[in-house]
Amino acid sequence: MNFQSHYIPNTELDQAEMLRTIGVDSVNDLFLDIPEEFRNPALNLSEPLSELEIQKELSGLASKNRALISGPSFLGAGSYHHFIPSIVKSLITRGEFLTAYTPYQPEVSQGTLQVIYEFQTLIANLYDMEVANAGMYDGATSLAEGVLMACRVTQREHVVVVDTISPDYLQVIKTYCQAQGIDLTLSSVGQLDITDETACLVSQYPNFYGYLEDLSYFSNLAHEKGALLVVSADPMAMGMLKPPGTYDADIVTGEGQPLGIPTSFGGPYLGLFTTKQQYIRQMPSRLVGRTLDDQGRTGFVLTLQTREQHIRRERATSNICTNEALYALASTVYLSAMGKNGLRQISELCYHKAHYAASKIAELPGYEIPLEGAFFQEFVVKCPVSPEDINRRLLQDNILGGLDLTSEATGNIDNQPFNNAMLLCITEMNSREDIDSLVSVLGEFN
Amino acid sequence: MQVGGSRNTGKLLMERSSPGRMGVVPPPLDVPIQILPDDGMLRSELDLPEISEPEVVQYFTNLSQLNFSIDTHFYPLGSCTMKYNPKINDEVSFMAGFAGIHPRQPLETCQGALEVLYRLQEFLANITGMAGVSLATLAGAHGELAGVLMMRAYHMSRGDSHRTKMAIPDSAHGTNPSSAAMAGFDVVTLPSDAEGNVDLNALHELADQNLAGVMITLPSTLGIFDTNIVEVCRVVHEAGGLVYGDGANMNALLGKVRLGDLGFDVIHSNLHKTFSTPHGGGGPGAGPVCCSKDLLPFLAAPVVAKNEGNSLQYSLVHPEKSIGKISGFHGNFGVLVRAYTYIRTLGESGLISISSNAVLNANYLMEALRDIYYLPYDRRCMHEVVFSADWQKERGVSGLEVAKRLLDYGYHAPTMYFPLIVHEALMIEPTESETRETLDAFIGAMRSINQESHDNPELVQHAPHTTPVSRLDEAGAARRPDLRWRRDD
Repeated sequence: MNFQSHYIPNTELDQAEMLRTIGVDSVNDLFLDIPEEFRNPALNLSEPLSELEIQKELSGLASKNRALISGPSFLGAGSYHHFIPSIVKSLITRGEFLTAYTPYQPEVSQGTLQVIYEFQTLIANLYDMEVANAGMYDGATSLAEGVLMACRVTQREHVVVVDTISPDYLQVIKTYCQAQGIDLTLSSVGQLDITDETACLVSQYPNFYGYLEDLSYFSNLAHEKGALLVVSADPMAMGMLKPPGTYDADIVTGEGQPLGIPTSFGGPYLGLFTTKQQYIRQMPSRLVGRTLDDQGRTGFVLTLQTREQHIRRERATSNICTNEALYALASTVYLSAMGKNGLRQISELCYHKAHYAASKIAELPGYEIPLEGAFFQEFVVKCPVSPEDINRRLLQDNILGGLDLTSEATGNIDNQPFNNAMLLCITEMNSREDIDSLVSVLGEFN
Repeated sequence: MQVGGSRNTGKLLMERSSPGRMGVVPPPLDVPIQILPDDGMLRSELDLPEISEPEVVQYFTNLSQLNFSIDTHFYPLGSCTMKYNPKINDEVSFMAGFAGIHPRQPLETCQGALEVLYRLQEFLANITGMAGVSLATLAGAHGELAGVLMMRAYHMSRGDSHRTKMAIPDSAHGTNPSSAAMAGFDVVTLPSDAEGNVDLNALHELADQNLAGVMITLPSTLGIFDTNIVEVCRVVHEAGGLVYGDGANMNALLGKVRLGDLGFDVIHSNLHKTFSTPHGGGGPGAGPVCCSKDLLPFLAAPVVAKNEGNSLQYSLVHPEKSIGKISGFHGNFGVLVRAYTYIRTLGESGLISISSNAVLNANYLMEALRDIYYLPYDRRCMHEVVFSADWQKERGVSGLEVAKRLLDYGYHAPTMYFPLIVHEALMIEPTESETRETLDAFIGAMRSINQESHDNPELVQHAPHTTPVSRLDEAGAARRPDLRWRRDD
């Protein structure tokens, strides 16, 4: 008990006086309810370190990783390297936001609550949906919760998933559905069998391979049979593309990471979740509403909480509690700064650069762009040799190549697995020079 | 409350919009313009605000100042462990080699990140006394979901598909029954006895061949160490069930006892509580799930493995009978790095000092307030103390009103009306990172509010009086949900 940490203010004198007030002799006396045989185990941890030592250790570990900014990077597949204005970090690290809890006491949490209300507004606008919640964990879990919600709304237990969704998302949907008696059918776009028993049709926009599905076709197909259309949509693509809400999608989810959140090895990210007004009582997670105080002033509160676990317990719409509020703030700051013109311009930069890259690669002997149709910032390239070999060569020039699709679980090209196919992603972070050097290395193989 | 030159937060973003203003100037296009998709696929309207950068910074900064937070106020919110969040942890998580790496990049280019994760798995296994850890779960409730799915998978693998009953104490967090229901279990309530421990007679009645397990929070949400815990584990195991441990209150136990040693089979740890990562106004958190040897094959994927003698020292593996992936990638890495930094900074002696001082502070508050606030379970408390405002209620002042009055004194409220088995509950968790002076001042405020409940109950009943807004119409908000700004408002 004698170790003094800089995080703990109590001195030995403080402790002695407090123990006297309590009426015990030692701190150990406070732990006598723990069975003696199990008390004070060894943890096999090291000695404390100073901040100086910690900084060195962690800098050393960080330097063993190749950072995206250290050279051109063409990896996407669900996590995207976009520009983040410096005000995002500056605002989200303010202690008043960073070190507050969930806003259960609205009178002293108006900052967080108003931010979430703003977030709900901007995300609903982005997807052209009626209501957004206060956030979910990430894109994968948000889509999985969308599937569960569609089953609650329709009282049906059959789910049809378009096979062009992210294999990561598909696995998470399976994990979430495994115990609830929901069956999943994975189908290609031409073979979707929607029946009167189908709860929902699940798709991604753009799909995992970067291409734009026909949402209007999906929407008609689902709605004809009383099923819901659930779409996971990249918020960055919404800068230029018609959002799923325009196609009458019922639940639109998304990975909010492109909106001002670093790739950070996969998290923390931000799940986006929107739906139609008529379904709000089946929504998972928190909602913030605008109301008045007892003096008639506008204020914000957590609302419709009877859906949630702390009130409804085993009958709640979801068990979600702590989610990603700080990153809802990050995306709100990001969207405020970008505004309607900035977001459009960034998404168009991604689009034009990606299409420039695709056109250059298509000219290389031995390479082809096998999928037809419109794409946004990602596309599939069929390579003359294994993408693994190409990526190894690219790394020698400090270029991070695309995702090798050979080993991915789902998807195919004309019913052939994606052998020797690579998924490339181009964003506004890639200069023409970056793209040209990628193309030049690809040209070494044929 | 506008003072001097401070800026008003009254207008919302869309109301601040002024056509032509920009908060970011995107770089110019440096490739030839490409053919766009059909017009029918393109968006014509995008309803986002047009605001300059200074306006964005001022608006959000002013909003931040409407919050109470750990950095600005004492925040004794029970079961939430609102301790100091060290700044070095944030700084480390923002390093380009951590924040700027991609979850799908080749493993040979992210060995440093995997090493952090591997070591954190080891630390948590050592601290909890469990055999294995998955860091893929993104919050406490997410860890619970993974844990109960693992329990289900374990029973199924043994042909015990009839084990569908999950027993949960009446004092449990709402996430416990909710997670169990998401994993397909039927929830039955396990009552507490007069001491606040699990009622062993009731447990014996529930412990049959249909019992999948129990979900126990230790210390319980009453802030006490269940002295029946070893017997609880024995009874459940004898019936073929498993014991789940909710680690929300682990701040009391660091280095004092390990749940694995007591017989727990699966637990989760809330890194955003015990291990000091910031709550961010409601996340991100991280809820690693830790399990005993028998449940290792079922762990949520992926898990980081160390390969001795291999050129690739660390890799990601999918356990043999895993319940599957439960999040998009490998967990909330930025949070995990912070927790790693915290554990390394404190070391073993530091962690022991955490629980010692957290429990000392809570007992100090209990002793200093017990004469004026009713203690429904009058025994040694751990890291938090649960009072009841029953005595104040006799004078017409409720627990909620005491809590709201504390806001006027500049303290965040304790957790109120939880656990559900205590009337007018006020659950106070001071944590180890507060000074004795702060605790004394808080005690003074609690005594003063009690005095007000005698002298001027109305003052307390209508609190708070000094906050940016007073009591809000929550019923009206739920009846007529206004969940977003609309142009025609």
